[in-house]
Amino acid sequence: MKRIALLGMPNTGKSTLFNRMTGGAARVGNWPGITVELLSGKILLGNEMVEIIDLPGIYDLHGFSDDEQVVRHFLHDNIPDLALVVLNTSQIERQISLLLQLKQLNMNLVVVLNMSDEAKKFGITVDVKKMSGLLELPIFLLSAKYGTGYQEVQHAITKALRYPTPGMAEQLRTQLEQDEHIESEMARVLKHTVQIPARLSDGLTEKLDGVLLHPWLGLPIFFAVMYMVFQGVFLFGQPFQEGIADLLDWFRSVALEPLLGTLPQYMQGLLLDGIYNGVTTVAAFVPIIVLFFLFMAIVEDSGYLSRAAFLMDALMSRLGLDGRGFVMLLMGFGCNVPALMGTRVMRSRAMRLLTMMVIPLSLCSARLQVFIFFTAALFSAKAAPVVLFSLYLFSFTTAIITALIFKNQFKNTEPFVLELPPYRFPTARQMVLRGWLEVRHFLRRATKFIVAGVVVVWLLTNLPSSAVPASADTYAGMIGSALHPFFAPLGINEQLTIALIFGFIAKEIVIGALAVIYSLSGDELGNAIGLQLDWVQAYSFMLFTLLYTPCLATIATLQSESKQLKFTALSLAWSLGLAWVVSFAFYQGARALGY
Amino acid sequence: MSATTLATLHPGETATIVSIQAEEALHLRLLALGFRSGKQIEMIRKASFSGPLQVRVGTTDVMLRRVEAAKIEVHKA
Repeated sequence: MKRIALLGMPNTGKSTLFNRMTGGAARVGNWPGITVELLSGKILLGNEMVEIIDLPGIYDLHGFSDDEQVVRHFLHDNIPDLALVVLNTSQIERQISLLLQLKQLNMNLVVVLNMSDEAKKFGITVDVKKMSGLLELPIFLLSAKYGTGYQEVQHAITKALRYPTPGMAEQLRTQLEQDEHIESEMARVLKHTVQIPARLSDGLTEKLDGVLLHPWLGLPIFFAVMYMVFQGVFLFGQPFQEGIADLLDWFRSVALEPLLGTLPQYMQGLLLDGIYNGVTTVAAFVPIIVLFFLFMAIVEDSGYLSRAAFLMDALMSRLGLDGRGFVMLLMGFGCNVPALMGTRVMRSRAMRLLTMMVIPLSLCSARLQVFIFFTAALFSAKAAPVVLFSLYLFSFTTAIITALIFKNQFKNTEPFVLELPPYRFPTARQMVLRGWLEVRHFLRRATKFIVAGVVVVWLLTNLPSSAVPASADTYAGMIGSALHPFFAPLGINEQLTIALIFGFIAKEIVIGALAVIYSLSGDELGNAIGLQLDWVQAYSFMLFTLLYTPCLATIATLQSESKQLKFTALSLAWSLGLAWVVSFAFYQGARALGY
Repeated sequence: MSATTLATLHPGETATIVSIQAEEALHLRLLALGFRSGKQIEMIRKASFSGPLQVRVGTTDVMLRRVEAAKIEVHKA
């Protein structure tokens, strides 16, 4: 099958063009020579199937950033039959350097000048015919967003694919001296073909920036925007989550339970409480991920995310992070999973990993449920808000400490120079596609892992078959008593230890697990726990719950996003260790003070 | 006309790039973003708390940190 590679600088609308070409029917895959996965799609062009690969945006073919190396290695090991070079028409005066570098490789090229709609607004005119002649390349104006000019591009690609690729120079890493040649060539082509008005007339972006990046107003507006996005995702998401849960419960009671009723009790438990519960755990994330990326598409495609980076950089650079990491950290307070997936906007791997180390410490809404239950059971109505607030403080503080500790381990070596693109209206199509692609990615990568994890915990809490489920006689109970020496210094008893093992799957089920363990529910459960524990033990348990592994879905996402077992293990070990140390210090400290 | 670095420009001021004294990775990135000697550069704004700078080169708005801007020598118009 013939291969077309999409190449271009960041912010040229490459992905928009890719989505237009493939209609969203893309898959993520591995390629020889590189370690990151790339999006590709197969489409029918003319009368043959071709594969289109979306390469990461690069500034320079000879650059040293992670993405630039990926592209170099990809081209080296997977020579495409055609490279479709995407340039931003408004920035053609500088982007043409990349085109000239690519031209030196002697590849089969088709060039599109994208975002032609925007260039027109700026008053930039390009003599495409003349430029084609000067560069001896097929060049087309296009608006991938609105589809203008797409037919011609498709036609040109089909035609260009008929000719074999001329073959590439063996030595990809050409000497930098050649850049001088590129510079004079750039000037020659631009002088004859492009006209740029002396002053850009994008008054809207300038006016918006005047307010949104205002020295005093910028930050309050940023937090207000983040608050609205947060509420949008998680308030909207909740009814959907509940709806899906009800639907799956209904299906279980009307279809699965009658159907499996003839099976032995044991098999029923494994299938329904093990595998089916695993599926419902996965399903609970679907609405949140879709909504999260719908909103992220707005924040990112509108150009606001890079403004957030600008506003927060003064603080974040001290932590070795950037402002976009801060946005993801905030979103982690709703749910860690989409926040981890969202770190993909950061192109430096080191900075991305550091952000992914920090996000699991955000107090997500599932953990909040546990805390609300415990504070209601053990603290007065007056003290409860203070207790909750103190847990948020712990969450923030541990996040900052984690960033400071690991900042040198995951040292960002890429220069922090970001483009601030003009504000743009994201299209509904872009938003929906984004939500759909991300949720599919999550389902493919995480489902098996989460279901397997739920089954394992079910087996642990139900085997051996003679034991009462979730009691001290089960394997989980045995693990609980084996771990008792570790948890006793934290004031956490064996029953709570079993609940923590359940909490490994998801914090949402901790209260449900306690109900099974104590054979009580609702207020009665709260009262029983209130009588058994004092506030120091309860707070220590909450601290441990806050800091240790958030949930199976988070681990699955850490692994699928980092693709590095070592990193996932480090993150797990760090959160467990931190949870133990903080709970220990708190519990022993409080006891020493006489509480 | 006076020589200084990009970091010292005030918002609204325009200058001409004289040279870029940066390590290779930063240098390449700046070149690709349109920073070349002889080009006009305008300081748009500076973030509070010693935060980053927003500058305009040609048709591109770029944010960079003050340490990096100090490596770019400019001639004030």
